[in-house]
Order: sequence, then C-alpha cells, then structure tokens
Amino acid sequence: MSNHLPEVFQRCERENRAALVGYLTAGDPNVQTSERLMLTLAEQVDILEIGMPFSDPAADGPTIQAASERALTAGAHIDDVFAIAKRVRQAKPEIGIVLMGYANVPYTMGFELFASKAKQSGVDGVLLVDIPAEESGICAEAFKSQNLSQIMLLAPTSTEERIKLAVNIAEGFIYYVSLAGITGAEMGEVAKIKEKLSLIRQYTKLPICVGFGVKTPKQAESIALFADGVVVGSHFVSQITSNIDDRDAMLSSLSSTASAMAEVMKRQG
Amino acid sequence: MDYDLEIKHAPDEGGHFGKYGGRFAAETLMQPLKEIEDAFFEAWADPEFHTERLDLLKNYVGRMTPLYYAKQLSEKVGGAKIYLKREDLNHTGAHKVNNTIGQALLARRMGKKKVIAETGAGQHGVATATVAAMFNMQCDIYMGREDIRRQAPNVFRMKLLGANVIAVDSGTGTLKDAVNEALRVWVASCEDTYYIFGTAAGPHPFPLMVRQFHTVIGQEARKQCLEQAGRLPDVAVACVGGGSNAMGLLHPMWDDEGVRLVAVEAGGHGLETGEHAASLAKGRPGIIHGSLSYVLDDDEGQISANAHSISAGLDYPGVGPELAHMMDVGRLNLDSATDDEALQAFEMLTKTEGIIPALESSHALAAGIRIAAGMSSNKIVLINLSGRGDKDLNTVMEKFGFHTEGQL
Repeated sequence: MSNHLPEVFQRCERENRAALVGYLTAGDPNVQTSERLMLTLAEQVDILEIGMPFSDPAADGPTIQAASERALTAGAHIDDVFAIAKRVRQAKPEIGIVLMGYANVPYTMGFELFASKAKQSGVDGVLLVDIPAEESGICAEAFKSQNLSQIMLLAPTSTEERIKLAVNIAEGFIYYVSLAGITGAEMGEVAKIKEKLSLIRQYTKLPICVGFGVKTPKQAESIALFADGVVVGSHFVSQITSNIDDRDAMLSSLSSTASAMAEVMKRQG
Repeated sequence: MDYDLEIKHAPDEGGHFGKYGGRFAAETLMQPLKEIEDAFFEAWADPEFHTERLDLLKNYVGRMTPLYYAKQLSEKVGGAKIYLKREDLNHTGAHKVNNTIGQALLARRMGKKKVIAETGAGQHGVATATVAAMFNMQCDIYMGREDIRRQAPNVFRMKLLGANVIAVDSGTGTLKDAVNEALRVWVASCEDTYYIFGTAAGPHPFPLMVRQFHTVIGQEARKQCLEQAGRLPDVAVACVGGGSNAMGLLHPMWDDEGVRLVAVEAGGHGLETGEHAASLAKGRPGIIHGSLSYVLDDDEGQISANAHSISAGLDYPGVGPELAHMMDVGRLNLDSATDDEALQAFEMLTKTEGIIPALESSHALAAGIRIAAGMSSNKIVLINLSGRGDKDLNTVMEKFGFHTEGQL
C-alpha cells in the first residue's frame, strides 16, 4: 500500500533538484515497443506518467492525439496499461508512477476495480484531465481506499477560489498547466508561471510540477529553478513520431532526449 | 406571446440533473464555464435581455412559428391527428437559431468579440454564422471532414455569412470530433472567445442554457395546441441527437402528465447492427464532452466510431444529460427510426403536405407517424418539425437514385 510520490519529492529536495516527470502514451506505437520505451524513459525520470489512450482526447494537442490513435489502432487495451505499469514497477522500485487520462475509461471499468488494478500494478497516483475538483467525488473514495494520490490540475485560469478547492482534494503533487491551451502548445511565460506558483504555494505545501509545452532543456531548466517538478510529454512522444519506422532509433532518441532533460533538473548553488 | 421565464426542473448548483450532467471539463475551462454560468443567470434575470432576445426571435427569426394541423398526412396515416410544430420556418431553416441568438447576446454582454462553434449537419454552424454576421463578431466553425462532404450547401452558406469553416480530420471526422476540436481551440482562446455550444449537452451550464433558449418551441406549441384543438396533445415527439429540439419541445410539457413525451433516436442501419446513434436506447452512462450522460462506447470506455445516421445532425455518440435523467425517472419514452424509415417519412410528408423536412426531423416524423397510426382519430400527436430539408437534398437524391440528367 505504499505510495512513492512523497519519497520522490523528498529525495529530489535533498539533492537540490526538481523532479523530472516524463509522459508517454501506453501502447504507442504498439504495446510491445511501448513497454520498451516506458522502461527506457523510467531510467531517466523521477516520475513516469503513463497515458491511458482514449478515443476523444479533447485536452491534447496533435502529438498526443496521434499517440492515442496509434495505440488504439494497434490494439492497446486498458489491461496493457496496467501490465506496462507493473513491468516498470518491477524494474524501478523507487520511482513514482502516475496514470493520466480521461474519465470515461476508469468510469466504464468502475473506479473501484480500476483503483485496485492500478494499485496492484504499482501505480502511485491518477490524474484524470476531465475530473475537476467539483466532480472528484465520483472517484475520491475508490482512490483513497487504495492509497492512490488523486493528482489535480491547476491552470492560469484558476482563481484563488478554485485553487483552494483543488488543493483541498489534491494529493501527491499539483500539476500546474503552464498555459491556457492543450498539450504540446507553446510554453507559458516563465515569469507568469512563477507568479502563479507563489500564489498556489500560499494554499498548499504539496509539491508543484509544471507541464504543457516544455520542449527544450533550456525551458525545463528555467522551470526547475522554482518548481518542484517539470513535466515533459509531447516532446518525448515526438521522439516516437519522428522515428516511427526505426525502433532502435526511437529508443536511443528517447533516451538521449530524456537524459538531456534530467541533467537540467539540478539547481545550481 | 408571453413566454414563461421561470427556470423549471433546474439542475443542482453543479449542473447535475439527477446523477447526470455536471462539469467534467479540464481545469483550464472551469473558470470560463463559471463565467458563462454567472453571465447566463444574470442575463436571465434581466428583463432587458429578454426584451431584446424576444424581439429578435419575433422580428428576425420569425417566431412564433406556426403549429400546423397536417390534415392530408393524418388522413393518409389513418390514425391520430398529426400536428407539426414548424421550426423549419425559422430564419436559417431550423430551431438552432433560438439558441444562437440567446448565446450571441450573452457573448456580447460578456464583451467577447469572437465566437466559435461545432457543427454536425451544419444547421448550428449556419445559425451561429448568421448571428455572428448580425452582431459583427468574428466566427470560426469546426466541422468534421465527413460532414463537410455530406452538407456542402450549409458549408457554402456559412462561408457566405463570413465564417471560417475549419475541417476536422481527427477521429471519425464527424460531430464528436468537431466538438473535441472546438474545445481544444476554446481552451487556448477563452479570454476573448465565446464558445456557442449547439446542443443541450456538454458541461454545465450548456445543457440548461440551451434548453432554456429552446423552450419557446414547447411553450408556443402547448399554447397553440390548446387554441387550435382545445386541448393538449396526447403525444409529443421530437428527434434526438444531442437533444436541443427535443428539450425545446418536450421540457415545457414535463409537468403535463397526460402528454406522452417521445424522444426519437437515429436507428441508422438498425439498432441490432451497432451502426446507429441511439445513445439512450443502446448506450450506457459515460463521460464525454464535459458531462455524464448516456454514450455509445465499447467495453473499455472508448467512444464508438460506429455511430451512424443518414442525418449528420443525429450522428452523435452522446446525448444531453437531462434527457438521460428524464428517461431514468420515467418521464421520457424512447423510440427510434432507421435511415430507411426516415427517408420514407421524408417522402411521405413531402408528397402529402408539400413540406420538405430535414432528415433529422424525418426521424421524429417516422416515429410520430407510426405512433399516430396506432391511435384513434380523436387523439393528437404533436411532432417537432425541427428543420427544413434543403440541406439534405444531395443525400436524398443519392438515396433515391435521382440524377439531374435525363430525369427531369
């Protein structure tokens, strides 16, 4: 019943660095390769975000939409997502593992069954993009009973009132969306992100990770200075897209891209 | 006429109708949705808002629309008297404009200079482009690639009206994908852009708001029926895609216990084939496009790519949450009509009454005719003729094997 997320952030804190959170869609481009990709990414990140493919990813940009489509076309099922998580957990006992996706997939399975399968697969937390604080009651009990952190999003449009609402429910960490937009768009302005994080920190002691649009080590570095974690998603998925016909190149490209990101997590001084 | 402005059978504060509805939206959209909700309630309580809205509905849209006793059709069917609520006679040719007028007024009150919308059959797109032209707002319409092909005349109308029509290639290239794309665009532009949602679905407050803007249909029909027939109908029938015309006609009769309320879903190739859009009859509760309602999905919650209807406007794998609630509490009777039945009804109304209905409305007609046939002539069946069929002529010509060369 342990949950790795608190330790992960404590470890990063001790090492004076931000946590690197890496996202890939499970089953992209197919289940077998996806497992290799996840294991590769897990070598470089502190928290692995495993995307659950969905037919209608309305909060995602073209890169992750295409990843979802590839995964589903290749026949990925929700049980493959759990199997991949389990495999990663066996290989990396210390990292954080978070499932990310849309509500209809766990809703259809039933949140209790979903939560129990997730826990058995070594998952620490779940982020459902279309379950905001107001609707979180639909899954809160199920997740709590399995000691799964319900990770909440906050965004540039979140008012103080909404921040209070979300931090009240959130566990594990807060995922701050750097821009009002979809995944893979241009990253928001650093000064504005920093300002909003200070505001959020007035209401919570939870670690805050910043994501959406982080594509270069330079951007990641600028965020790592003040955030507890940096989320990279579309940029990692792009390594699959641009090497779609060459699995070895895909794996090595992902590995080097992730390693470059991991390097800049360390804060100087 | 005097419309009843009281909001009846309101959802709870979070927009839930029973266990359905709510606001299953990304965090980024929560505040913009709250702002729309606040603006809506504030406007709804403001008599000036209604003065302007109802004036436009009267003098621009042409309300009230007639209630027409379809004598020839009724005689041909040989059962109950069939009355048609003529929403097809609205400006732009369908009920959709009732909602776009309301939401465009709201957008203007909120100081938004740009509107976006999704469209399936193109009727909501046309109705949005129309009000955008009148209110001098920039307008982008998202439409699935497949629907653009099926509804070419409406695409041209939107363009004439000054809107940008943006083709959506993702997913199945139909209405659900157009909604996804409009949501994605709105997330990034909500500061200056208002999303005119086209049906009584989506996240709160859209199901409530769209319903309210359309209740003029049922309120008028109710009053007209009392005036013309001296009593309320025995059955009221409307087609359901997302549910806007159905909520408009049926909701004001919720409390009229003697009136059977019938929602007609698209049976496509037949309910048993899996190729239909009957979310209420064949789907199950699920979460899509911001609300919990009935959806067509597979065992793992992937939204169906097989949703099918000959009419682009009904070809949607979800349905408005309040309809799901009405079904659960036993206030809604479900029915469906297949593509072929809709085409037969289309032809029958055209030939008997000289009225060419939209294919969407033809589904309501098909079921309404079937119901009327089994009733005696002292009974009344009220059918919502939600739109006119001009936009569907290409589809129908193809189906009837009608080619312009050599057949005229």
